[in-house]
Amino acid sequence: MTDTIHVATRKGLFELKRTGGGWDVADMHFLGDPISAVATIGGMTLAAPDLGHFGPKLWRRDEAGSWAEMAMPTFPEKPENAEDDPHPWTLGRIWNFTPGGAEGRIYAGTMPGGLFRSDDLGETWSLVEPLWRHPDRKKWFGVAGGEMPGISSVLVDPRDADHITVGVSTGGVWSTRDGGETWAVINKGMVNEYMPPDQQGDPIPQDIHQLSQCPAQPDVVWCQHHSAIFRSTDGGENWVMVDAAQPTGFGFAVQAHPTDPETAWFVPAEKDERRVPKDGKLVVSRTRDGGKSFDVLSNGLPQKHAYDLVYRHALAVDATGERLVFGSTSGGVWISEDAGDSWSALDARLPPVAAVAFS
Amino acid sequence: MPTVHFTSQLERFLPAPSVDVGVGPETLGAALAAVFDGHPTLRGYILDDQGALRRHVAVFVAGVQVTDREKLTDPVGPDDEIHVFQALSGG
Repeated sequence: MTDTIHVATRKGLFELKRTGGGWDVADMHFLGDPISAVATIGGMTLAAPDLGHFGPKLWRRDEAGSWAEMAMPTFPEKPENAEDDPHPWTLGRIWNFTPGGAEGRIYAGTMPGGLFRSDDLGETWSLVEPLWRHPDRKKWFGVAGGEMPGISSVLVDPRDADHITVGVSTGGVWSTRDGGETWAVINKGMVNEYMPPDQQGDPIPQDIHQLSQCPAQPDVVWCQHHSAIFRSTDGGENWVMVDAAQPTGFGFAVQAHPTDPETAWFVPAEKDERRVPKDGKLVVSRTRDGGKSFDVLSNGLPQKHAYDLVYRHALAVDATGERLVFGSTSGGVWISEDAGDSWSALDARLPPVAAVAFS
Repeated sequence: MPTVHFTSQLERFLPAPSVDVGVGPETLGAALAAVFDGHPTLRGYILDDQGALRRHVAVFVAGVQVTDREKLTDPVGPDDEIHVFQALSGG
């Protein structure tokens, strides 16, 4: 099990350690600066300060504990003939990091929708240009909190490094099987409630809040979509709506179990106008039968006047499937060591949480 | 000779000393480029990927806020002081 958790917040990066019986804040970094994404790779930590005035940045902490600024992912020069492109060719925010595919390789999903790849542990980055230059990319559109679309999720097939799947909020599910040279929108079966009736089943205007893949059975992919939960058993080609979700099907975060393809966790909220826990009760929902039924888990979570919302990257599960952590927009952090059956609150009032990661 | 001064807020992240850019630069873009030659990491804090001023960065040349935030063509006189500030925003 991993005894370190990183919590990226609106005002800094907090490092939690498990000491003796519980978890505590052991260290903090970049206090005062928004951190939009965090990950660990090869004993190093990558963090993305999203500076309000000076733009998105990327720092790495080496194994000895020293932080250094890395080269930022940057977009190429915008062509003269790109007047019809609705999206800026400028990095807006690093939204997530996903290691995988090769030693030292890591992907960054960003706003306004660029997928970047590093093969040197985050030191240098290159835009996956065929996806960015795909003509249908111009049909992607912005998400709440940003005028720009964002790549909310990146899945690297553990069986095949050339098979990469990304979820776009809002732009559907895209996949490449040749390492990024050619891309296609693949999601069939997703429907939304926010487009005109004859476009609700179109693949591109699907708001993919988050995708999560079962590492042991990568063909099983879960999606927390803006309008519902969906599940695929063929790597994201076809999707079935999971309509048994309790107490609601709305939310942002999903985590697949590392080995059990039938199990996944969600943090539901009352949609769509309110986006707070239903009845002020903060719960995690868990299915262990592929979405046919859900456990509503509340042991240790606040059940009175709790208005915590949990963002896409603010729920994590470790490699055992026993330890989970999530952080909320109200700065609460809860940790479970029994697959969600019970939760302990971190004794801290953190700034609003954007992302969490085990290391 | 024009001199470029940076908000001290930047010192939280990286060295941002005042730089005398010498004879030659006649536009804001040229003056900043001369600074970034010696401080390449600073560029990404002031300019975006397309070379435009970041939205929440304000630049004054001889006390006047610049108007061309994309191509950086505002003229710079031989003895102008250039100040790079952070615009007021956020919370």
